[in-house]
Amino acid sequence: MGVLMRRNAIIIFMCIELMLNAVNLLLVAFSKVNGDAGAQVFVFFSMVVAAAEVAIGLAIIVMVFRKINSVDINVLNRLKN
Amino acid sequence: MTQLVYLIPLFPLIGFLINGLFYKSMPKSLAGIIGSGTILAAFAVALGVFFEVKNGTVPEQGVVQIFDFIAVGNFNIPFAFLVDELSAMFLLIITGIGFLIHVYSTAYMHDDEGYAKYFAYLNLFVFSMLLLVLGANYVIMFIGWEGVGLASYLLIGFWFKNKDYTNASKKAFIMNRIGDLGFLVGMMLVALNFGTLSYTELFPQLAPGIGASTANGAVISDALVCGIALCFFIGAMGKSAQIPLYTWLPDAMAGPTPVSALIHAATMVTAGIYMIARSSALYNLAPAVQNFIAIIGLATLLLSASIALKQNDIKKVLAYSTVSQLGYMFLALGVGSYIGGLFHVMTHAFFKALLFLGSGSVIHAMSGEQDMRRMGGLGKVMPVTKITFLIGCLAIAGIPGFSGFFSKDEILASVFAKSPLMYALALIGSMMTAFYMFRAYFMTFSGNFRGTEEQKHHLHESPMAMTVPLIILAILSVAGGWIGLPHVLAHHHLLAEYLAPVVRNFDPAHLAANTEWMLMGLASVLAIVMILLARMATKKEQFPEEEQGFAKLLANKWYLDEIYDAVIVKPLYKLAHFLNNVLDTKVIDGAVNGVGQLVHWSAGRIRTLQSGQVGIYLFAMVIGVVVLFAIGIAMIIV
Repeated sequence: MGVLMRRNAIIIFMCIELMLNAVNLLLVAFSKVNGDAGAQVFVFFSMVVAAAEVAIGLAIIVMVFRKINSVDINVLNRLKN
Repeated sequence: MTQLVYLIPLFPLIGFLINGLFYKSMPKSLAGIIGSGTILAAFAVALGVFFEVKNGTVPEQGVVQIFDFIAVGNFNIPFAFLVDELSAMFLLIITGIGFLIHVYSTAYMHDDEGYAKYFAYLNLFVFSMLLLVLGANYVIMFIGWEGVGLASYLLIGFWFKNKDYTNASKKAFIMNRIGDLGFLVGMMLVALNFGTLSYTELFPQLAPGIGASTANGAVISDALVCGIALCFFIGAMGKSAQIPLYTWLPDAMAGPTPVSALIHAATMVTAGIYMIARSSALYNLAPAVQNFIAIIGLATLLLSASIALKQNDIKKVLAYSTVSQLGYMFLALGVGSYIGGLFHVMTHAFFKALLFLGSGSVIHAMSGEQDMRRMGGLGKVMPVTKITFLIGCLAIAGIPGFSGFFSKDEILASVFAKSPLMYALALIGSMMTAFYMFRAYFMTFSGNFRGTEEQKHHLHESPMAMTVPLIILAILSVAGGWIGLPHVLAHHHLLAEYLAPVVRNFDPAHLAANTEWMLMGLASVLAIVMILLARMATKKEQFPEEEQGFAKLLANKWYLDEIYDAVIVKPLYKLAHFLNNVLDTKVIDGAVNGVGQLVHWSAGRIRTLQSGQVGIYLFAMVIGVVVLFAIGIAMIIV
């Protein structure tokens, strides 16, 4: 709901990260239940990728803020035309 | 010598290339020398080949292979020449008369700005015709066949600044093309059924009296043979100006007069006769087509002779007389008298070239005037032209002793043996020939001059380069017939004996000597009567501007051009108009533009989805996930 309702890009970003972590948690839980260590290895990969993605995403948001002094997603429609 | 036969077409080709590539900077005298000289060289080689053929010392059946042209699997079309009695005879006619016409042209075209270009075209014409005659298979013949069509188009429209002339050249080209289609289809049928297009391989498969069968023994039905023969004849119809494709020939008078002589006498129109005579083995197996050819020939000769009776343009008279004489040749071929047809080709080449060049001499003296009503009394100032023209007229009218008499007599005799009714009609045609030729002669050369004072002052005899060819042709017009004397006069028919290895008359009929004498006498007496009638008709020297009644119908060529225009040309224009304005702009353009507009329109609708609002994108994403989730649940349940 945070992703849908909020207009601040950083908040949305944080919400997305939470969802990702929720999925990671699910994977670990299921692997424990099913006794398969493979899923846990997957989670490590997922976390590494997520770290890289966060770095890039935050960098983009910082650049956008420097350009237009705002991180409101309703203002971010310059690519439309 | 036979191995050097490729030189014969090569010389005119070289002349064409030199004159054609450098025509802008070529001095006039040099262009004339190159143009005529190459033909003379070809004539010299042709003479050598002719004597070798005559002495029977031609190696390897006379086939001279130059290179492989088309080779697909077992099917092979070599670029080869065939030297035999028939092609050697045509070589002599083409190069010999072609040379005289070239010499004549050096004087006739002297003041023309396109002098070198003109000679380039003439050489191309002769080259194509030589290729046509020399080819050892139908493909090579077809190359020459098309080349002749192209060269005639270029020459008829030589004075291309005049719109009527370019229209005439287009007409000639299109009419020829219609015929060419028939030739092409026939050629494909032959290749498909017999597996070869070479004469030396094809004709042995056509056994006379038994029927056609291929090399591996498969029998070809008579109907198919007739179909092939008919297709070839349609090609000949176009090239040799027979009903219904004859109207281009009178219009071809738009070209310079020596060109008319070349088209009508030595080359082009005889191509159809050559093809049928060459394929005589094929036609002997198709009697139905032979009858058809005879009927077409007869109809053509009567129709065009009747038109010629009332023409006032000196070249138009000669043009229709050519169509009429071609009708005789086809009549001869149709009744199986191939020798008669070829004999008439030869004599006709002599006297028709003579008549055309003579008329050119007259037109030259009259500063371009072609209307015989403005002429008259020219005999006093142009004695050489007058006498040679008279000899030409006597020859074509069939006065005994002149060449036309013998060839026409041979045709008439073989027609009589076949069908007396056809003979009577052909005789009427021959009477009309005598009448219109002498009408033209008297209108031009006797009586008083009817042109303007200025023209009268300008009148002169033509220069040597024009009169000498006239004299040579006049001698040939007299003597050319003596090689084919009828056998009541001589035991040896030289031409028939010469051609015997290649072409023989089909089903030759021998008439009793008395009958033959009677036929000859009848034809001669009627010709003389018609000459006297022509004298009487032109005595008063009053020629109406507008003819009345039936004569008007003849003067307007039975309105056939108008009928063709209304029946074929106009509806085609209408159809083209419909296709252009309705089918093309509405249907085809509409479909193409419609696709473009559809994409444009739908893109305009869809682009509103891309609002740029991140919130909406996210919302759409969640909806999508929910939908996928719902589908997943549904599939599990089901």
